[in-house]
Amino acid sequence: MPVAVYLDHAAGSPMPASVRGAYLSALEAVGNPSSIHSAGQAARGMLEDARERLAATLGVDAVEMVFTGGGTEAVNLGVKGLFWKRQGGSATPSARPRPRILVPRAEHHATLDAVEWLAAHEGAVLRWLEVDEVGALRLGDLAAALAENPDDVALLTMLAANNEVGTLQPVAEAAALAAAQGVPVHVDAIAAYGQLPLAPLPAGVSAVSLSAHKLGGPVGVGALVLRRGADVVPLLHGGSQQRGRSGTMDAAGAAAFAAASAEAHAAIAERAARKAQLRDRLAAGILAALPQVELRGAAGRAAVARAAGRDAEAAQWAARALPGTLHLTVPGAEGDSLLMLLDLAGFAVSTGSACQAGVPEPSHVLLAMGLDEQAARGALRISLGPETTEAEVDALLAALPAAVERATSAGLAARTPSLGR
Amino acid sequence: MSGGVDSAVAAARAVDAGHDVVGVHLALSRMPGTLRTGSRGCCTIEDSLDARRAADLLGIPFYVWDFSERFRADVVDDFISEYAAGRTPNPCMRCNERIKFAAVLEKALALGFDAVATGHYAHIVTDAEGNRELHRASDEAKDQSYVLGVLTTEQLAHAMFPLGTTPSKAVVRAEAAARGLTVAQKPDSHDICFIPDGDTRGWLADRIAPQQGAIVDRDGTPVGSHDGATSFTVGQRRGLNLGVPAPDGRPRFVLEVRPRTNEVVVGPKEALAIRELAGARFSWAGLDPVASGLTHVTAEGDAWAPFSCQVQVRAHADPVAATARLAPSTTPDGTTDVTAPELVVEVDEPLLGVAPGQTAVLYSGTRVLGQCTIDRTVSAVPATAS
Repeated sequence: MPVAVYLDHAAGSPMPASVRGAYLSALEAVGNPSSIHSAGQAARGMLEDARERLAATLGVDAVEMVFTGGGTEAVNLGVKGLFWKRQGGSATPSARPRPRILVPRAEHHATLDAVEWLAAHEGAVLRWLEVDEVGALRLGDLAAALAENPDDVALLTMLAANNEVGTLQPVAEAAALAAAQGVPVHVDAIAAYGQLPLAPLPAGVSAVSLSAHKLGGPVGVGALVLRRGADVVPLLHGGSQQRGRSGTMDAAGAAAFAAASAEAHAAIAERAARKAQLRDRLAAGILAALPQVELRGAAGRAAVARAAGRDAEAAQWAARALPGTLHLTVPGAEGDSLLMLLDLAGFAVSTGSACQAGVPEPSHVLLAMGLDEQAARGALRISLGPETTEAEVDALLAALPAAVERATSAGLAARTPSLGR
Repeated sequence: MSGGVDSAVAAARAVDAGHDVVGVHLALSRMPGTLRTGSRGCCTIEDSLDARRAADLLGIPFYVWDFSERFRADVVDDFISEYAAGRTPNPCMRCNERIKFAAVLEKALALGFDAVATGHYAHIVTDAEGNRELHRASDEAKDQSYVLGVLTTEQLAHAMFPLGTTPSKAVVRAEAAARGLTVAQKPDSHDICFIPDGDTRGWLADRIAPQQGAIVDRDGTPVGSHDGATSFTVGQRRGLNLGVPAPDGRPRFVLEVRPRTNEVVVGPKEALAIRELAGARFSWAGLDPVASGLTHVTAEGDAWAPFSCQVQVRAHADPVAATARLAPSTTPDGTTDVTAPELVVEVDEPLLGVAPGQTAVLYSGTRVLGQCTIDRTVSAVPATAS
């Protein structure tokens, strides 16, 4: 079954032809970047060139850019590595001098599972931070958490933009609060990088996680930006090829990541504006055709305000949203029914939340935003890419009402069963 | 698609028959890792991956549908409460009745599908008037019509069993291998999918608080004590630890479990034999016996005349010849209730090991007529004879 319309760029964006070309030519290069000979030096040159180009997109130095095997490794290195480093090295899990991790409730599972593992095995104490109804960190709760005892906090970890609902996070304000108490900050910028300019990094940010495949680079390539002075205890041991990270360096992967990043950052503002315009068209179409559907996140608030003629408010909300992500919930429907019906109709979209054996869990992000489980089950995330067209958005708008109607009736059948009674 | 070979081949045959097929795997637990750890055909992550891979090889879309909450309420909790009430339920049957051909089917119909196809070994025959009948599979050894006996006309109308006329399971495995399906040699599933180690007694003991009570003979005379009536099943001999020997010195067996009084009734093996069983919860798979011309409504209008059939009381039991009738039931205070008729089945030869809660499926030759949940049985040996 061919996918006619791909609208799940937040899960992974197709590799543009220019990136594929750069990747293929990089794959032809011979040599391990750590080898001393000329072939190794050539590979090293390619790798360092990629490192510099990526560093430049964030306004950091090349030495602050550590390549990893994907975003999850970057997050784990940032969170666990900073946590361990902050314990001074010798303390046991039962006697951590700085056990507390400040973590918002609506983080990605890479972070949630990492901090929960630290709590279960390494003596970490989790201080969950509340988010508001669009999924943004409540700065007041962060301030309160710091005030509880600024000296026992290992780190603050937070998203730059929520991966499900697309709401931008108050990174600069949060980092300032944490930095005032000497608390390092890890930022998971995987959903945001390449969508909006992130340079210069706000003061107080110690580490930033990135992933290549969200912007058209290869899967399995990521990076942790590690500011000077912010050190981590490594996860992997064996070779010390990079600062805080062992393992043969993937020069071709890095080159492809840099090419994808270059493509995303060339005219990034224009690309973002174009995606935002298509997202707004989609949102307006949904509001007009399906009044029962709730648009979530800052982009959802922007669409509702715009439909009501409150343009100034709409602009304020829009400034707090990723340009290409639209999240919605359909009352009475299951997100997986919507996903299946749209898939069978030729549209690749997502429920936005993590799966266990293929079963979507009610999203912890939506629960943290105050939705109940039933409402959270009807979730759908539509994420646009650089090549998404107006015709594709209109085709989805044409297909949505039937899918919503059917999924809602299936949800009703599930709540009021008649067969086999 | 459970991840087993049968549903994979059933899906393949449905595709070959020209249907627009979508593979669906049912998630029946929120924590699949807590169920089976092997690959015996149900409920593990490995099974889900096997099902996905089979759909992949067949080139059909595949989705996981979450029925864990419904499964817990309608099958697992039902299983526990039935045992707690002293009955012996069949959870696979309940799953077919409430999940596969109810919750799943209803969702599928609402989403625009026409039928649910499964890898069950049973056969649907459509008569000249277009009425659907459920029949035993061609492979008698694999026949699963018993666990489908709960399906109603409406459910049968949207059911497909592509394996029903296959001569043997070996043919299905060979076909799976020829199609390149990786599950071709996967072992069959057994037992109850939600009891990981097959230890039903131990699993139930963790969920039903045991309470000490008396073991009595058929006259009501106490002959011993027990630590919880619900841990006994009808026909059980071991583990009774009776203090008082039987007058004739012969072994005694559990004849009845009475959860209301927390009593376990024991007696001689012959007393296990029953001549009649009855239940007020029954259904017909397709046209009922009157519409099928097997019997007629009596002149009084509140009963059906006795009719010949065969009755099967367990998934792997042999069917036995019987005479069934529909009759007004008797309420606990002895009055007749014409509003709640009871299906009464008299067997030609005494039947062993029948417990309330079990399902009696009625057949007419290979055709499944319907079923009833057994509420009560009548022993072939009166109490005074023992």
